[in-house]
Amino acid sequence: MIEVKNLEKSFGSVKVLNQLNLTINKGDKVVLVGPSGCGKSTFLRCLNLLEHPTGGEIYFEGQLVNGPDTDINQLRRKMGMVFQHFNLFPHLTVKQNITLAPVKLKLKTQQEADAQAMKLLERIGLADKADVYPNKLSGGQKQRIAIVRALAMDPDVLLFDEPTSALDPEMVGEVLELMKELADSGMTMVVVTHEMGFAREVANRVIFINEGKVQEDEPPQEFFTNPKNPRLREFLAKVL
Amino acid sequence: MNAALAEFWQNHIYQNFIAENRWKYLVSGLQNTFIITFFALLLGIVLGALVAVVRVSHDKSDRPGAVLKVLNAICKCYLTIIRGTPVMIQLLIMYFVIFGSVNISSVVVACFAFGINSGAYVAETIRSGIMSIDPGQMEAGRSLGLPYGMVMKNIILPQAVKNVLPALANEFIALLKETSVSGYIGLRDLTRGGDIIRSQTWDAFPPLLAVAVIYLILVLLIEKGIHAMERRLAQSDRG
Repeated sequence: MIEVKNLEKSFGSVKVLNQLNLTINKGDKVVLVGPSGCGKSTFLRCLNLLEHPTGGEIYFEGQLVNGPDTDINQLRRKMGMVFQHFNLFPHLTVKQNITLAPVKLKLKTQQEADAQAMKLLERIGLADKADVYPNKLSGGQKQRIAIVRALAMDPDVLLFDEPTSALDPEMVGEVLELMKELADSGMTMVVVTHEMGFAREVANRVIFINEGKVQEDEPPQEFFTNPKNPRLREFLAKVL
Repeated sequence: MNAALAEFWQNHIYQNFIAENRWKYLVSGLQNTFIITFFALLLGIVLGALVAVVRVSHDKSDRPGAVLKVLNAICKCYLTIIRGTPVMIQLLIMYFVIFGSVNISSVVVACFAFGINSGAYVAETIRSGIMSIDPGQMEAGRSLGLPYGMVMKNIILPQAVKNVLPALANEFIALLKETSVSGYIGLRDLTRGGDIIRSQTWDAFPPLLAVAVIYLILVLLIEKGIHAMERRLAQSDRG
């Protein structure tokens, strides 16, 4: 579904991603871990071109993502993204947040989008919040609504950029729970996170990125119990 | 005492406002002031928003295209010229030079001159509003597949304008008062109306005071209106 070939990204003279290769298949639940500054967020943001790679190629469903003639808006409809800081639109109600893109892009009528939004909100138990503004919500509720907003576009893959890092500890659970539900429903997911428990429980592949490269790519069992890369062993010793 | 009051009434109020229907100078002048302010405001906001979006898009883009570069240069030029010269000179040039050979109503010329002038100030105000919005908002919008323009219009600009509403109100008030130089192109606005009365009665204080009071009342009304709008827009701010 996603194929990354020799991906490079530099900020000025700093090379963050260096000849990174990775293939993500339909239904994969990939968790990316690594020390801060290793480029995992940058990698994720390259996938939907929020960052422009300085080299290499990314293919999504067979289409080149970073080509000069690519209609990136078309591709992004199928690649949902969830951000660390939620990035809900504060001037819109919860329901408007969810329906804005499908309606403005004429994928759905307002009625259809409203109905879908209510269905999604019911699924996460927040139907009563449909008409409130985001500032009335807790961090966990905000992030769950941000996930639902991405789902409203019926994406083929969801990218999560540290979705629980900005949350109070007691709210992490509800967000991970929703992500787990999504994973169980067969959604393809690429998750950058520090939640090793989530990686162990939900991922089918855990990937260690360091120095701009994929250093280890294993099922969680193997990844956590039998790490091969010495830098990964060091990393795991610190975080586990 | 009564005699003094009667004399005051006769010499200052009656003569200046009632005799020969002189109050009509103020009313028709006020009408023109309204028309100019309203259309200049409209033009200023549209122009200002467009210029602001071009400037921000250029400055935030890592590698702006040729079209954007040219547009940005034009916008910068516009801002420099308009903000660097007095509005009165712009009005005179507009009337005597640009529309000099065309038979056009001075009110229309004033609408254009003040609108174009106001646009420059509005542009910088809105630009600062856009800059204050978290870049995550643009990223969230774009990640949903919305094109840049749609994110600007539906997500960034509404928040930006809300944030700079007090500064925009300031510009609106300044614009209203600046239209008082319209008399220089022979336009009978509120100020000129008062001045015509003065030139007829040779009694300067009452008509000028009346004009000043009318401006003051208008400004107070604008402030009230903006305040109400701010409160309505602050709905999403209340925690």
